[in-house]
Amino acid sequence: MSQDDSFIEFRQVSFGYTDRPVLKDINLRIPRGKLVAIMGGSGSGKTTLLRLISGQYRAQRGEVLVDGQNVATMNARELHAHRRRMGMLFQFGALFTDLSVHDNVAFPLREHTRLPESMIADLVTMKLNAVGLRGTQALMPAELSGGMARRVALARAIALDPEIMLYDEPFTGLDPISLGVIALLIKKLNDALGTSAVMVTHDVHKSLEIVDHVYFVANGSIVAEGTPEEVRASDSPWVHQFVHGEADGPVHFAYPAQRSLADDLGLSGVRHV
Amino acid sequence: MFETLTAPLRHLGHVTINAIWRLGFASRFLLAILLQSGQSFRRLNLTIREVYFAGVLSLIIIVVSGLFVGMVLGLQGYNTLSRFGSADALGALVALSLLRELGPVLAALLFASRSGSAMTAEIGLMKATEQLDAMSVMAVNPIARVVAPRFWAGVISMPVLAALFNVTGIFGGYFVGVQLIGLDEGTFWSQMQNSVDLHNDVINGLIKSLFFGIAVTLIAVFEGYDATPTAAGVSSATTRTVVTSALVILALDFVLTAFMF
Repeated sequence: MSQDDSFIEFRQVSFGYTDRPVLKDINLRIPRGKLVAIMGGSGSGKTTLLRLISGQYRAQRGEVLVDGQNVATMNARELHAHRRRMGMLFQFGALFTDLSVHDNVAFPLREHTRLPESMIADLVTMKLNAVGLRGTQALMPAELSGGMARRVALARAIALDPEIMLYDEPFTGLDPISLGVIALLIKKLNDALGTSAVMVTHDVHKSLEIVDHVYFVANGSIVAEGTPEEVRASDSPWVHQFVHGEADGPVHFAYPAQRSLADDLGLSGVRHV
Repeated sequence: MFETLTAPLRHLGHVTINAIWRLGFASRFLLAILLQSGQSFRRLNLTIREVYFAGVLSLIIIVVSGLFVGMVLGLQGYNTLSRFGSADALGALVALSLLRELGPVLAALLFASRSGSAMTAEIGLMKATEQLDAMSVMAVNPIARVVAPRFWAGVISMPVLAALFNVTGIFGGYFVGVQLIGLDEGTFWSQMQNSVDLHNDVINGLIKSLFFGIAVTLIAVFEGYDATPTAAGVSSATTRTVVTSALVILALDFVLTAFMF
C-alpha cells in the first residue's frame, strides 16, 4: 500500500482500560475504497480498534486519522459529522427490538433526512432488496433468524450510503450458508458503494476470500500484515497459528498465572519419601 | 491484623464515595436529559408512545389498587369513627387520606414497580444488546431519542395516575360506606366537600405526585442507562430501581408534607 492513499490511518495509537493496556503503538492504514480485515484472538483489541475509528473510545496516545481528521480530538459537532459518513454492522446486528424491519432500516433516514415517507419507503425497499430481504418489511426482529437479522442490520448500516463501513465480527454465530451470504453481500456492497471498510473477524478463510488487506493483532500490537496471498504464503508464526487454529504458539494457551500449579494445589511443601 | 480491622472502615468509605459519585452522575444525567429534551416535544409522537407504555398500560393496576385501598379505608375508617360517634365524617376521612398521602404515595410506588422497572429493564437490555451503541454510531443521541421521551412520559403520567387512584379510591370508600354499610349519601359527600380544599389538598397532592414522577422516572432511566450490560447487571439495576424509588418516594413524601401542610 502506498503511503498517500490512506483514508483511515492509525499513528502510534495506544489505548487501555484503567490500568490494563489494550493497544500499544498501533500503526495501520486503510486505503480509500478498500476492504481491510483485522484479525486476532478474543480479547486482542480488535473491537477496540473499531471503536476508536467510530469515536466511541478516544485514543490515549497517538492519532486516529479519518480523511485527515483526528477522531481522538474531535468535538461533539465534528464527531456527529464524522458518524454521519459512517455505517457500522454490529456483531449480532443490534436491531432495535421495538421497531419493525422497515422502521429499523428507515431509522437513519428519518433521523437525518427530511425525505417524505413515500420516498423513505422506496429507499427501504431498495436497501432490503440489496440484501435479499425485500418482503420482510412488516416483520419484527424477534421473527428473524440470526442471518436475516444480520442482513437487515447491513441494510440499515448502508441506508445513508456511507463512505466508511465498520464490520464488527459479522460472521459470528452464523451457519455456513448465512455466512457465505453475508460475506458475499459485504464484498458486493463494498464494491458498489466504494466505501472504505474495516472488518474485525475471527473467520480467516472466508475473510481472505473477500478482503484486500489483512492485519493480525495479538497482545495489543500488529504482529503481521499483508494481502490475502501474502498471508496464505506467510511463514510468520503468528499467522501460522491463527490460520491453522493451533492451541499453542506465540499466543499462549495457558493464562499467565502468578503461582505455579503445585502452589495452587498445595503440593509445593510436600516431600517425596 | 491492621488490614482486618480497617477493612469495614474501608468498605464504608468505598460505599460512601460510590454513592456520592452516583448521585453526581445522576445529577449530570438529569441535566443532559433536560438539555436533550427538545426532540421529545418537537417529535411528540415519541413521547406519546412512551406515555402509552408507562401510563396507559399502568391504568389497570392503578385503578384496581385505588378501588381496594378506598374500600379498606372505608371499612377501617367506619370502625374507628363509629367508636367516637363520628361515622358521618367518613367521606372527609377517605378523601383527605387519599388526596394528601395515600393517593400520591401508593400510585408512585405502583408506578415504580410496574413502569419504572420496565423502563430500567428495557434501557438496560438496549445497552446490553448494543442498541444504544448502534444509535450513537448512527449519530443519534440515545439520551435524546430513548431516555428523554421516557423521562417526560413518566413525569406526565404520574400526576394523572395519582388523580385516577384518588378518584377510584374515593369511589371505593363511597361503595363501602354508603352502599354496603348504609351511611347517608348526602352526608358522605357534603362532609367531603366541606373538608377538602382545592389548593391545600387536591393541588398539593398532585404537586407531590409530580415530584414523585420526576424522582421515580429519573431513577428508572438512570439505572437502565448505567446498568452493567449483562443479564445479572440488568436484573440488579431493575431491583435497584424499585428499592431506591420506594425509599426516595417515602423520604420525599416526608419532606414535601413538612413544607406543604
